[in-house]
Amino acid sequence: MSYCLYCHEPYSEAWSWEALIGLKQSPLLCQDCEGKLVRIKGEICRICGRDFSVFPEQYRQDDCCFDCIRWEENDTWTGILQQNRSLYVYNDYMKEMIAKLKYRGDAEVVKAFYPVVSSEFKRISRDALLVPISLSEERHYERGFNQAELLAGGLKKQVESLLKRKTHEEKQSKKTRVERLSQKENPFEVVDSLKVKGQEVILVDDVYTTGSTLRYAAKVLIEAGAKEVSSITLAR
Amino acid sequence: MRFVSLFLNNRLTIAPETLVNDSSLKAVPFFELPMVEQPPLNQTFRYDEKLQQILYGKQLLFDELSFTVDQIQLHYENGYVKYSIGISKTSNGYVCSRCGNEKSRLFAVFSCFRCKSDSCAYCRNCIMMGRVSECTPMISWCGPKVRWPLENNLLWNGELSSGQQLASQKFVEGIGSEGELLIWAVCGAGKTEVLFKGIEKALNLGLRVCIATPRTDVVLELAPRLKAVFPNSMVASYYGGSEERETKAQLVISTTHQMYRFKQAFNIMIVDEVDAFPYSYDQTLQHSVSLAVTPKHFLLYLSATPSKTMKKAAMNERLPCVKIPKRFHGFPLPVPKMVWGGEWKKRLERGKLPATFLKWLKAQAESGRRAMIFVSSVSVLEKLIELIRKEVDVPVDSVHSEDPLRKEKVIQFRNEDIQLLLTTTILERGVTVPFLDVAVFGADHDVFTESALVQIAGRSGRSKDDHDGKVLLFHYGKSLSMIQAINHIKNMNKEAGL
Repeated sequence: MSYCLYCHEPYSEAWSWEALIGLKQSPLLCQDCEGKLVRIKGEICRICGRDFSVFPEQYRQDDCCFDCIRWEENDTWTGILQQNRSLYVYNDYMKEMIAKLKYRGDAEVVKAFYPVVSSEFKRISRDALLVPISLSEERHYERGFNQAELLAGGLKKQVESLLKRKTHEEKQSKKTRVERLSQKENPFEVVDSLKVKGQEVILVDDVYTTGSTLRYAAKVLIEAGAKEVSSITLAR
Repeated sequence: MRFVSLFLNNRLTIAPETLVNDSSLKAVPFFELPMVEQPPLNQTFRYDEKLQQILYGKQLLFDELSFTVDQIQLHYENGYVKYSIGISKTSNGYVCSRCGNEKSRLFAVFSCFRCKSDSCAYCRNCIMMGRVSECTPMISWCGPKVRWPLENNLLWNGELSSGQQLASQKFVEGIGSEGELLIWAVCGAGKTEVLFKGIEKALNLGLRVCIATPRTDVVLELAPRLKAVFPNSMVASYYGGSEERETKAQLVISTTHQMYRFKQAFNIMIVDEVDAFPYSYDQTLQHSVSLAVTPKHFLLYLSATPSKTMKKAAMNERLPCVKIPKRFHGFPLPVPKMVWGGEWKKRLERGKLPATFLKWLKAQAESGRRAMIFVSSVSVLEKLIELIRKEVDVPVDSVHSEDPLRKEKVIQFRNEDIQLLLTTTILERGVTVPFLDVAVFGADHDVFTESALVQIAGRSGRSKDDHDGKVLLFHYGKSLSMIQAINHIKNMNKEAGL
């Protein structure tokens, strides 16, 4: 008998030869919880990695969504973020899980995603510098941890905390898109430019919503000499 | 968080590292601090009354208080506030002092930015109320007591049925002494009124009372009624999202989970629907109750369907018990009728309804009477509602535990905007609607235990103008639970002399 890492209900795993001889990792979530999460598969936006199957067709142009086209058309942002790839659709259940992780502070929840993070992102992140999106000092203290750093931990690879968030601003989740896009000063700065120079960087964050946090972070990294910046997130 | 220990006025004391500007002092996680004597109460200190009100009888975290660390520390130094350890190590793991959890699978460690430890353990059982980790101090009040109003008159002149009268009397007798009492009252007996006299006596003796219930709906329903009958008393309700959590209250109506926030607060603890508590009477509930009550206390349990353990304790006279077998309106409880429904599961899969059920459904739709149709799972619910909508042309809807519109739909049902309401066992308790019939689709399923069926049957016949609503159990073979539930109801009617 195993207990679901998220809802704590007991569940039994489906029996299989693979599991018996140790080829398959045992699942960490019960079938109920797993079933409420939607993996992003199939056609996605070339840039932001959004799932086109749950996105209105009219906001799409070929393999790119209108939001990304808007970003790319703006000179300040052209090519700043190479691409983003996400694992799950940011549906109600995912929102609930992330809220429990971030706002209740249940750090353990993140481990439910480690197997998928590692199998899906290992290849993309092989030769890159892994940089989690940072929190301001105050927010980090309040939360006790940085969820992006925890998530990056799933890749079992050196994580470089090279970003510093200067100001303690209002939570992004409490701002509208217009507010997020209209902020002028970049909240991030690079801690150690030498480490970044000429490197391929992969940013790690929990959610890609409008993409502005990741682009601000990418911008300071490019300015510090990074060759190319892309990102991975848990949900989109 | 981290604290430093230092000498202040010749005494060893502790303080949060952020308040001390001395880099020569070594900051350590809270649980690693040496034992320090609690500072003596400084009588001349002007304490904050708001803090006293909020903290009195409780155990909270820094994060839960709207006071600064500075203000709280000042109360600590003057002996008005106590810090204690939230998570302690035991011989084979940890124990959470807030919720009492000792299961190792419900603890986890993380790299904590507050105490800088790589493995700060925290409790996952009560995480919904904010994280308690090894480095989290729990804050409680140890200054002067809060003063309650001297007069708490009961403003109610309703009449009690003879059964209610007896139970009320027993409760009143218990107030002021230590003990336990189970009031086993059928659905619709009128339990709330039974409590009034006892609560009045307790309040006037200066005792603090809590009514704990597993469901928020009940808190929301009870609080205004109690405030109305005790207009001079301090009454507050506690539930997730409640705005009264900082008000001074001698009488608290709380959900089970919120009880974790209290510590040695209540002289009288009333546990409503004791059999419906998460994880049952034995474990979590007993723990949270034992933390929330004062060392000397009186415990009152209310239930229509006590668990086996409780019934046994009552029979052996280990647990004093009063029964109220008769409903408030004096009419007998409707006895469920078993109806053969055939292989209902297979039929559903084939997109068909059992003939007997279909016949009842059509008649019910035509009669214009409301009905609740209980099913065993959400998947059955979804299949059944489609089939029902094809057969009858009346407003039909469904609810289950994760339905975001659950509250609204129950209101619509009450207002007769929905005639047939399909539901999982989530609505087996609490919903009281007059002129209602009840059907259980697939009553032989395991989820329909004896107590579930008794509760479900208890939904019907609640008003005196419609006291014999129908209860039908559509089944594919009688289950033991069905028979036990029917016997349970028949026995209660017999005991009531009906």
